Amino acid sequence: MTGKHKENFNQNYLNYVNSFDPPTKHFKNCFRAFMVGGLICCIGQFLRYMLERLFGLSGDVLAGTVSIFLIFLGTFLTGLGVYDRIGRNAGAGSIVPITGFANSVASPAMEFKTEGFIYGLAAKMFIVAGPIIVYGVLVGATTGIVYYILGLFGVV
Amino acid sequence: MFAEYWEIIFMFVKAFTVGGLICVIAQIIINYTDLTAGRILVYFMLAGAVLQAFGLYQYLVDFAGAGATVPISGFGYLLAKGGMEGAKEGLFAAVTGPLMAASAGVTAAVIFSFLVAVIFRSRSKYN
Repeated sequence: MTGKHKENFNQNYLNYVNSFDPPTKHFKNCFRAFMVGGLICCIGQFLRYMLERLFGLSGDVLAGTVSIFLIFLGTFLTGLGVYDRIGRNAGAGSIVPITGFANSVASPAMEFKTEGFIYGLAAKMFIVAGPIIVYGVLVGATTGIVYYILGLFGVV
Repeated sequence: MFAEYWEIIFMFVKAFTVGGLICVIAQIIINYTDLTAGRILVYFMLAGAVLQAFGLYQYLVDFAGAGATVPISGFGYLLAKGGMEGAKEGLFAAVTGPLMAASAGVTAAVIFSFLVAVIFRSRSKYN
């Protein structure tokens, strides 16, 4: 059995194996992601109103304080092990909000604490957040420089 | 009086819908391509940053408030916005602006994650 025939055989076998996979529940997954993601955004909106009313914050300070609160929530729930349980059901609904970013920082930090405070906790902390910051800074700085050059020519 | 309350409730509905829809887009991508969480986060952050670089994400933020800023694309929006606002003041501020704008989030993530990692032990062993 060689060449084309073998490929076919492998493909048939893969199809056979895949037929035993439970079907991905697209609609159910999406509905859960929608509900959890929307709810976390509503918590953010609630914090916005609360901080605005109670402490009179506004603008960048308000936005920054809201994300600090949400990141605290994300890391704390990760520490308690609750966030992983939410994530198992909510999928992208728990990954995409900023609490998911916090979870992606806190989770490896906790897990690799056993390898020491420097090469374990601190180094592994940025295993997911590192790429986000790297490409974010690249795109952000490029945007800034491009806008600066465009500003020199009076375009923007 | 009532109009104000309706406005607040309407804002919550908008935040819920837009934030939820961004998560649904991510879920659909995960369902069909098996991208890991880390890649999804990077791509969505890049999408937010690039949209803001063309001045588009601001409309979504004005429309949906926290519904647009809480998802990770809002982090990218913040970075690009920091660069754009710094560019008005000069080249130095244009380069330092992005991280300046994102410093609250990054600092909070580092401090809280450190504290949580020191206090709690990992429980994800049974995954």
